[in-house]
Amino acid sequence: MNIVELTGVTKAYPGGVKALRGVDLVIEPGELTAIVGPSGSGKSTLLNLIGTLDRPSTGRVEITGYDVAKLSDRELSALRARHIGFVFQSFHLADGVSALDNVADGLLYGGISLSKRRKLARAALERVGLGHRLGHRPNQLSGGERQRVAVARAVAGEPDLLLADEPTGNLDTAAGSEVLGVLSDLHRSGTTIAIITHDQDIAQWAPRQVRVRDGHLVTDGGAGTGRNQTAAWEEVSA
Amino acid sequence: MSGADRAASVGSRESQQPARQLSPARLGLSDVFRVGLSGLRSRPTRVVLSALGIAIGIATMVAVIGISSSSKEQLLRQLDSLGTNMLTVQPGQTIFGGDAKLPETSVAMTKRIGPVTTASATGKTDTTVRRNSLIPKEVTQGIAVQATTPELLKTLDGSVSKGAWLNHSTANYPATVLGSEAAKRLGLRRVGDQVWIANRWFTVVGVLKTLPLAPEIDRSALVGWDAAKKYLDFDAHPTKIYERSSDASVEEVRNALPRTVSPEKPEEVKVSRPSDALSAKAAAAGTFTSLLLGLGAVALLVGGVGVANTMVISVLERRREIGLRRSLGATRGQVRTQFLVESLLLSLLGGVVGAVLGSIATMVFALYRDWPPVVPPWALSGAIGATLAIGSIAGIYPAMRAARLSPTVALATA
Repeated sequence: MNIVELTGVTKAYPGGVKALRGVDLVIEPGELTAIVGPSGSGKSTLLNLIGTLDRPSTGRVEITGYDVAKLSDRELSALRARHIGFVFQSFHLADGVSALDNVADGLLYGGISLSKRRKLARAALERVGLGHRLGHRPNQLSGGERQRVAVARAVAGEPDLLLADEPTGNLDTAAGSEVLGVLSDLHRSGTTIAIITHDQDIAQWAPRQVRVRDGHLVTDGGAGTGRNQTAAWEEVSA
Repeated sequence: MSGADRAASVGSRESQQPARQLSPARLGLSDVFRVGLSGLRSRPTRVVLSALGIAIGIATMVAVIGISSSSKEQLLRQLDSLGTNMLTVQPGQTIFGGDAKLPETSVAMTKRIGPVTTASATGKTDTTVRRNSLIPKEVTQGIAVQATTPELLKTLDGSVSKGAWLNHSTANYPATVLGSEAAKRLGLRRVGDQVWIANRWFTVVGVLKTLPLAPEIDRSALVGWDAAKKYLDFDAHPTKIYERSSDASVEEVRNALPRTVSPEKPEEVKVSRPSDALSAKAAAAGTFTSLLLGLGAVALLVGGVGVANTMVISVLERRREIGLRRSLGATRGQVRTQFLVESLLLSLLGGVVGAVLGSIATMVFALYRDWPPVVPPWALSGAIGATLAIGSIAGIYPAMRAARLSPTVALATA
């Protein structure tokens, strides 16, 4: 089963703007894919469609095997709660709430009890190297640390797909590579990751690159190329 | 379509679709409250100010109800201690329009009615009471000189504040007991002073305490029955009879009184129950407050508008948060619930604070007036109910708006 499968997807906005003009894309489990393109290329639309925040005008979007067109808004919410983790450019952390609770609240809509949420949040924060910052509030953390908290929130529930939208866009180079390091570690341990970015360096860093321009995919490394050795090996042995 | 139907139809139409059912998790009650509170905690000043609007309205209404209930309770307690078992008998009009007179035997006859425990009478004389002979006769200061039977004090359940009540000897001599108001108007300070009644000095032997059930006695100078006949040309016809019976037989006695007092002309007798006036006062204690209650309701309404306003602004400001929650998997319903709960908690906070403030105001006012402080439980539960209603009405529109936001629009807002 593919994590993401887009077939002939188009998206037109009211007013006639065609953001996507027929996109086919497959992302397999364990891949780290960079979706690259200049602003206005349609990559944000692609993010919204993959993240099931929006529906395509035509074409078919399947996320972890579910056909988005067949799901109600409630079911899409449940899909996001259980199968997709988001990381945003501007972190979207709640001020005045500790890192631990920021991460724990990310699991709120997954039907997990508060104590279990806190336990998972602690584990996720330790995984991104912030085990010593559990009680810190966002304004007490550096930019890189904030984004790592956001990454921890996205992966705490072990989603099938981690979607990162310009995760380093608000960060300086050092903090940016700190975050990329964390994503890299997650990728090595088998998490499927899609990063939307306009930054060529990040695109180069990812094993698989998908380039978007004017609503089309112009180059694609091909499904499966974004998989790391460990993950591939695990799948074979399983 | 139920979940099972959907699964079945999906399964048959599309074999590729996984059989796994996607259904959003329900939030536990504690999580619903946590989420609602988190929105309030992040904006304390605004929360306090908009809750204040509700609090003022609720406090006004609770205080108005509390104060009028306290005053009513005070009257009822007074009524309780005074007793409602006293009836008075007065002469009415003759059929020709003249003033009727009660027969001289009427007090004795009243005492013969079975359930009557005590009866006494006063009789008006045509004289006046003055400090001394130099004051003109016309200056009566509204004080009546009345003859009284010795049981009067017992029947009225009264007592003297100074001196003593008339006894066998003083009732036969020029001695007088003054009602509280009469003593004040005459400016008497000591028992033993003399007052000028019917061209003769009378010695004041006592002053009565205020009698709430017989205010006419407060404004009287009382003279013994025989002394009045001897010195004041009193015709020995009572002008008012007071009697008490057991509580249960008041109506029975009331019916028997006219025929007993004046068997020949029962229609010339007026029977009344002085405590009725107090009961009416107690019943009326709640009515004048409707205007103030209306004012409280207006304040509450304004408070509700304030809450709605706060919530609408909150939704506009928190599009990012709403988008984030949708991306984390919140359904529209969960977002709606979050803002509705927030609005409910906001106005409930105002309601509870208002109920406490209103109760304190009632307490302070009642204690100041020496009333028993009473805040009826229905007023408190009504206040909480009203705030919940206002909170949900004020929250509906903002909550719907929040739920309608598209997750992408919400996130795109920087």
